[in-house]
Amino acid sequence: MGNPMKIRASAKDGVTEIKILMSHEMETGQRKDANGTVIPAWFINEITAKLDGKTVMQAQWGPSISKNPYLAFKVKGGKAGDKVSVTWVDNRGDTRTDEAAVT
Amino acid sequence: MVDRVSVGVAAFLAVSAVAATAAYAQKDAAQEGIEAYREALQDGNPAELYEATGEELWKTPAGPKKASLEQCDLGLGPGVVKGAYARLPRHFQDTDRVQDLESRLLTCMETLQGKDPKPYVESAFTAPPKEEMIALAAYVSGQSKGDAIAVAPKHPKEQAMYDLGKRMFYYQSGPYDFSCATCHGQEGTRIRLQDLPYIPGTKGAAAGWGSWPAYRVSAGQMWSMQWRLNDCFRQQRFPEPVYTSDATIALSMYMAANASGETMKTPGIKR
Amino acid sequence: MKNAMTHLAAIAALLLAGPALAQGKAAPSWGPGADDAAFTRMLAASFKDKGIAKVDRLTQDETQAFCSDPEAAASPAAAEKRQRIEAANMATVKWPSDGKWLGDWKEGEKIAQSGRGNTWTDKPGEPNGGNCYNCHQISPAEISYGTIGPSLLQYGALRGGDEETMKAAWAKIYNAKSLNACSNMPRAGHMGILAEAQIKHLMALLFDPASPVNAKTGPAK
Repeated sequence: MGNPMKIRASAKDGVTEIKILMSHEMETGQRKDANGTVIPAWFINEITAKLDGKTVMQAQWGPSISKNPYLAFKVKGGKAGDKVSVTWVDNRGDTRTDEAAVT
Repeated sequence: MVDRVSVGVAAFLAVSAVAATAAYAQKDAAQEGIEAYREALQDGNPAELYEATGEELWKTPAGPKKASLEQCDLGLGPGVVKGAYARLPRHFQDTDRVQDLESRLLTCMETLQGKDPKPYVESAFTAPPKEEMIALAAYVSGQSKGDAIAVAPKHPKEQAMYDLGKRMFYYQSGPYDFSCATCHGQEGTRIRLQDLPYIPGTKGAAAGWGSWPAYRVSAGQMWSMQWRLNDCFRQQRFPEPVYTSDATIALSMYMAANASGETMKTPGIKR
Repeated sequence: MKNAMTHLAAIAALLLAGPALAQGKAAPSWGPGADDAAFTRMLAASFKDKGIAKVDRLTQDETQAFCSDPEAAASPAAAEKRQRIEAANMATVKWPSDGKWLGDWKEGEKIAQSGRGNTWTDKPGEPNGGNCYNCHQISPAEISYGTIGPSLLQYGALRGGDEETMKAAWAKIYNAKSLNACSNMPRAGHMGILAEAQIKHLMALLFDPASPVNAKTGPAK
């Protein structure tokens, strides 16, 4: 399930800027704990953003993305009140979707 | 430090545009790169995630008394969170102690929620009880973002705490003869590439005091002021300060009072 | 806590022997709220043992007590005491047992780079680093250096390598307070941070003509 994302989206002059802050450990699988045991890889490997139901951004991620990732991008179109929906899936099959309205 | 960063980035932009003052032109490329990186971090501070968690903890009934912390008095009256962090540490009548945010939170958890503060004091900073404290500190400090720091010791116990903090700041000990002042007692110095705030001065004190709690990008961790001080003492080669002990509150009082009048920029973000 | 209490007496004793009180006149640079009794009580209640860092580390020696009020320590009235402290620290310096000043500068560079040692997260028994780059510019290739101490670029090239110069550098590393009572620099030899062989390696980093510190090309751009 994971913790909630923070999503902000604002439209200006026909362009919507979407900023997403995700709560995730993003373990690389290369680190060891104090006992020398490898900490298993655990990271978001797929992320999708929709604007009013239409997919506007899709990405495949790997373990090189930092913990608590921050993603910002701009898309053409969109207006105040439109719904932004963001979904991530991690390599354990866990997933989370959060929504926000464009301001 | 925040002020220094913004000045540095301004200089960086000036260089790329047309001209720069001689002083800034002397800054090397590495320093400029670091400052540009720090500026970029300001957008999308993961501390927001901790603020959200802290707000939920604040509002959710918990402990033997099944109460939330919403009636906690952080100094501005029960339930007033907005602006409270900018006025801490301060003396509280009910405990007759000078308290920083984290020690005051412990008081509220004990009195309102009926919780035993012991596990919160004794656990490691990375363990769940401290994670709660840090999230709460992130939330409360965020409610003072942009406020002027207003800490002027008036009560005799506040004045004594300030005196103790000043003496603690200069107290040298341990195998390396370090005090806080070894690193933070001169202006314009750094450790490796890390700029060091000059704590006896207003700007430096604000750069330190006014930017914690902060999210540390390199570690992927949210640190409260208590954790920040704890790690300072570790590097000072001192024994470990007890969580919310008077030595840590005294230093907090010294920093906060020195920083008074400057802007609270919490929660901050660090490399 | 019990441990802290046993050291309470020792701290109090040292505080009483401290500079501000010994002089009798000059008020300390902090206010009356931090008198010796209140301050000692706060120290004892505020710290606990962790790993190798025990509360006995809060007990000051004479140098530390003197330098913990920098205003008083720097005052003209304290000039005599400063000299006495410097002399006492100079007397602790152990010179190289075989009369040789220099070791291997490459080892010295590694020691200068390392900041390990003596914190409560360090394990006992592992060699300590010198922490040198935290405060000094040393080899020109290392751009991540601190500025609390002076740049050591061209150290040997500028000073030569006569006996007097070597002796001063050795004393500075072994016990920095021998030349400046309240130097910010730790007393690497006196406090047992670095062993004799490690100090020799650092000396080589400063003085060996082959060391990058003394390279003719100047700082890398």
